[in-house]
Amino acid sequence: MIEMKELRKAYTTGKVEFEALKGIDLSIKHSEMVAVVGPSGSGKSTLMNIIGCLDVPTSGEYRLEDDPVNEMTSNQLADIRNKKIGFVFQAFNLLPYATAYENIEVPLLFARVSGKKRRERVNELLARVGLADKAGNKPTEMSGGEMQRTAIARSLANDPDLILADEPTGNLDSKSGGEIVKIFHELWSAGKTVIIITHDMNIAEQAQRIIRLKDGLVEGNGNLA
Amino acid sequence: MNLATIYNIFIRDFRKQKKRITLTLVALAWGTISIMLLLGFGEGLHQQLSINRKGMGEGIVILWAGSTSLPYKGLPKGRELAFTADDIDYLKASMPELAEVGGEYSRWGVEVRHGNSVVSEHVTGITPNYETMRNHIPEMGSRMVNELDMQQKRRVAFLGDELKNRLFGDEDAIGKQIFIRGLPFTVIGVMQHKMQMSSYSGHDLNKVSIPLTTFEAVFGHRYLNNIIYVPTDLNNMAAIERRIYEVFSAKMRFDPDDDRAISVWDTVAGSREFTNILFGIKLFLGIIGGLTLLIAGVGVANIMYVSIKERTREIGIKMAVGGRKSYILAQFLIEAFIITFVGGFGGMAVSYILTEGFQRIPIESDVLDFMGRPTISLEIGLVVIGILGIMGLVSGLFPAMKAASVSPVESLRYE
Repeated sequence: MIEMKELRKAYTTGKVEFEALKGIDLSIKHSEMVAVVGPSGSGKSTLMNIIGCLDVPTSGEYRLEDDPVNEMTSNQLADIRNKKIGFVFQAFNLLPYATAYENIEVPLLFARVSGKKRRERVNELLARVGLADKAGNKPTEMSGGEMQRTAIARSLANDPDLILADEPTGNLDSKSGGEIVKIFHELWSAGKTVIIITHDMNIAEQAQRIIRLKDGLVEGNGNLA
Repeated sequence: MNLATIYNIFIRDFRKQKKRITLTLVALAWGTISIMLLLGFGEGLHQQLSINRKGMGEGIVILWAGSTSLPYKGLPKGRELAFTADDIDYLKASMPELAEVGGEYSRWGVEVRHGNSVVSEHVTGITPNYETMRNHIPEMGSRMVNELDMQQKRRVAFLGDELKNRLFGDEDAIGKQIFIRGLPFTVIGVMQHKMQMSSYSGHDLNKVSIPLTTFEAVFGHRYLNNIIYVPTDLNNMAAIERRIYEVFSAKMRFDPDDDRAISVWDTVAGSREFTNILFGIKLFLGIIGGLTLLIAGVGVANIMYVSIKERTREIGIKMAVGGRKSYILAQFLIEAFIITFVGGFGGMAVSYILTEGFQRIPIESDVLDFMGRPTISLEIGLVVIGILGIMGLVSGLFPAMKAASVSPVESLRYE
């Protein structure tokens, strides 16, 4: 599903250039559950953002389902983010003025799903993450776990094959975090490809495979399953 | 691009961000209201002053006979000159470039009586063309002195509106008798109320006007107090004045270069000066208006700018879940357009209601007579809305364009 060769990403801040990824070779298959671990600054989030088409590499090749992402226009990237990838952030990134229902609805609006289907899908997703009774709550009226479950529901809106989660439990207590991890497991069981960044080894060890990053390079590529 | 999608997202967000949108709307409306009222009152003042200015008459020139200061054809200097009633016809016959010529006799401190009301007032003998030249406009159902009155030396009187009130109170005066110097006169007309900012022999509202010929018969005056004319071409005043000297020089025998022989008050020259003053006032109000507009614009820009941090994240989130750049920018554009439209035209509507309300204040006051009634200008309103709209758009849309053109990661990271 994901193929990366010699992938590099450099940031320029003022006159200082910083290379976050220094040549990543990586292959992730369909229906895999992969954990990405590594110390701060090792390039985990940069890698995840590139996989999620939120950012573009400086050089190297990235193919998503055999399509070369490097060559895509910004509209094509937007459509991929909309339909093929569900992204879950550590900071939730929900629209603060919108309710849980409305937040989950956003990707469906961009995908031009009709009103009736939209309603059905949002309610189905709310029920799936156990928030049917919180549909009308705004982010400020929800706990961290509830916000993250809303974000997961949103990432699933257009039924993408690939779920990406960047430290999804980083801002949560262990009980809420456990529930979130459980959901990711269920998604993997249902056939989704799931990639989770974490520094919690308990979570990482539940994945089939752990990818270790250090200083912008892949260090180990073990298979724990 | 899918319009329904843009519309759906827009409507939803619009409802959700009421506070910010309301603030922007109010700032825009407030800017529009302040400027429109400021300029509206300025325009009202302008119009009213222009009307008041015309109270004495429009485009008229007043002539007084003086005394010679130069010897002429054997006649010594210091000779007193005077106009007679014949000079009116003489001037009209000699100078086709004059549209109207009239003249008047004047007498102050004449006893005028009606019933028990006795006043000591100013009586003038005038020509019928004073109706148009000097704005002696009769009230409904009454009339001014006419040619027949002149021919038959009728004892009829045309009253200034204030004098009418002093003599008759609320009672109707038309057809009633008054006594001027003990002689009975029939009131044929009462002057419509007018604002008169300038005068050469007191304000018309307290005068009694009678036919020129009747005046001669009653008071035995031989010399006119002054002659008045209106030229056909207001742009040729100096040349006409020159001709006046030449024409009277031949008849009254004085040196045509003797500028003491006749005094001339050219009110047209005066009104040019007046127009300049009015222009100055409008310019001043315009500058204040411009500064107010700037403040309002900064207010709109400020609200837009403050919300950018929040909105940049919003743009990042929307792009992260699959929003195309064009959708996001279209939403901002529609929003800016609607805010401008609603706020701007709302402000215009409020300004309109306020000025209409002001015009309906049922107070007859001298202050209002001078201030005039504020007048709203659609053009000014549109310009104001345009400027505020552009300021809001620039301060809101450009940062949004920047946010939408970088990668979603950068917009999400924006603090």
